[in-house]
Amino acid sequence: MFQEVQNNGVGYWGLLGFLGLFILAGAMAFFAVEHTGHYVTGMNNQVVWGLPHVFAIALIVAASGALNIGSMGTVFGKTAYQPLGRLSALLAIALLIGGLIVLVLDLGHADRLIVAMTEHNPKSIFSWNILLYNGFIIIVGFYIWTMMDPKMKLFYKLAGRFAFIWRLILTLGTGSIFGFIVARQFYDAAILAPLFVVLSFALGLAVFNLVLMASYACTKRELGDVIVNKLRYLLAVFIGGVLLLELARHLTNLYATEHHGIEAFILMGDNIFSSLFWWVQIGLGSLLPLFLIFCKKLQNSRIAFMLASVLVIVGAFAQLYIILIGGQVYPLVLFPNAEVSSSFFDGVIVSYTPSLYELALGLGGVALALAIVMIAVKVLRFLPVSLADKVVDPHHCK
Amino acid sequence: MSETTNQYRRKFLSGVVGAAAAITVAPGVLLRQVEAKPADQAVTNSVRWGMLIITGNLSDGGDKVVQACKKEHGWGDEKHSNAEQKAQWVRKVKVTEKLTKHSFELPIMCQHCETAPCQDVCPTGASFKRADGIVLVDKHLCIGCRYCMMACPYKARSLVHEPLQDQRADSPRGMGTVESCNMCVHRVDKGQKPACVEAEPNAMVFGDLNDANSDISKMLQEYGGKQIRADLGLNTGVRYHGI
Repeated sequence: MFQEVQNNGVGYWGLLGFLGLFILAGAMAFFAVEHTGHYVTGMNNQVVWGLPHVFAIALIVAASGALNIGSMGTVFGKTAYQPLGRLSALLAIALLIGGLIVLVLDLGHADRLIVAMTEHNPKSIFSWNILLYNGFIIIVGFYIWTMMDPKMKLFYKLAGRFAFIWRLILTLGTGSIFGFIVARQFYDAAILAPLFVVLSFALGLAVFNLVLMASYACTKRELGDVIVNKLRYLLAVFIGGVLLLELARHLTNLYATEHHGIEAFILMGDNIFSSLFWWVQIGLGSLLPLFLIFCKKLQNSRIAFMLASVLVIVGAFAQLYIILIGGQVYPLVLFPNAEVSSSFFDGVIVSYTPSLYELALGLGGVALALAIVMIAVKVLRFLPVSLADKVVDPHHCK
Repeated sequence: MSETTNQYRRKFLSGVVGAAAAITVAPGVLLRQVEAKPADQAVTNSVRWGMLIITGNLSDGGDKVVQACKKEHGWGDEKHSNAEQKAQWVRKVKVTEKLTKHSFELPIMCQHCETAPCQDVCPTGASFKRADGIVLVDKHLCIGCRYCMMACPYKARSLVHEPLQDQRADSPRGMGTVESCNMCVHRVDKGQKPACVEAEPNAMVFGDLNDANSDISKMLQEYGGKQIRADLGLNTGVRYHGI
């Protein structure tokens, strides 16, 4: 049984207003950069994609992963997850819209969005992604319809399966944005596509967990340990998956002499990226959440689970920052085994400091995604009234 | 001698003179046909424009090339952009081999690849290659996504980071769009050479790579010309001798 969120208090509207402030700040940042040009940002002709792209890709990857819970119920027949399908699909659409807004508003010519929609280059993965993103919103929207309208129940399985396949292709496409770049040492690897898929599982689930727990806490609905523990161990599996593919990626790179320079820079350099990699991505973002999940003393601890989810998000963000920014600040190899220098920063590790505009735009996208969820759960029946243990698993006995 | 014989002789002689004149003038005429096409005629792939840069003959390693390009296209004077943000269509690069310490300088610009990565990744088709091999950006289709800048192995492209005024009539530029060397396409279409080639006539050769008899083809055949990052297999239109 599902019900709209009934809260009309200061808490609900206050939180929505708080998100509105971030959305407003993001909009102002967009108009400022659109008016003055990108010179006010930290991005330049050396680091062409910056913090907005990290936010945008994180949101898009999380969107695809957030749909996982729905897929578990519909495609793989896990009945315990089925009541969460609606929220999962809603969150997926909201996160994707948030990510796309950031991506689009950072364009040099955001006013030419219509050109991006009407002119396509079949050889460009970006062009395919435009179709994949738009298609995702339509398909997942239809999936929600089949879950909410009893008359559409006939199409529920079909829509769920189609959405599942579509989301896999979408994330492969997002990873391929980097996988297809032959010029840069840190990209140009097919493994980036599956890495992004597994990353989406972990990141999307972490976001989903937080939204689920926050909405149940705020609406005082019951959330039992059975479903929370299922999500907890699922998160651990996904963290392990990301670690495995990340290990394979770095080991493969380390095997080829041409990648030794960039690998040393990322893994052993005296720079922010090495610190982010070991301390944030691996330590805080992977190992600590695994500890919080598997530590016997923390079993059934909601705080530990929430913290694990927050840390997975922080780790995934760091990972994307390393891939995007770290991959760009390291110089292109024009002449192997030679030192190069020029007025255009050839051969030099360039620096990148994000501006407030970029941060505001990125946070605006996050706030928009959350605001969409908040409004949607208030006007439509997305949230189950109860996720108590006896509801999630009738055979469960304490 | 009959009148018929005289007429025959006059006709024969005029034919010989005419043929000789045609043979003398023809190469020039034919060459002109290759160099310049009428404005109303579409570009074809019968020609592939290219450049050979003989690094040893450059008078200053490429500074004149950079200056000529700046003057022709008006880039590099952006008022607000910092050094990392300013556009550079061509730059002088100093290369020193780590082991041997052998050093040389060369100008690097868009290499006008046959299979251009920028063209492959561009979502709207704004990055495109003309049939005659010149790689360009359609300023009306460019949305400023910068994917082409990520994909270019030569870092040959720049985003315009600020509003511009008084651009050159032949070289459209605009805030929020990506730009790079266009091989002075406006000059090439008029049968002229690119500005950089005129600035360094002893070090740079411009011509049709498809024409085995062009100066550039003959020189490439005799002396060879290397590609930067030849391992990528992009079959660049810009070749270097001495690297």
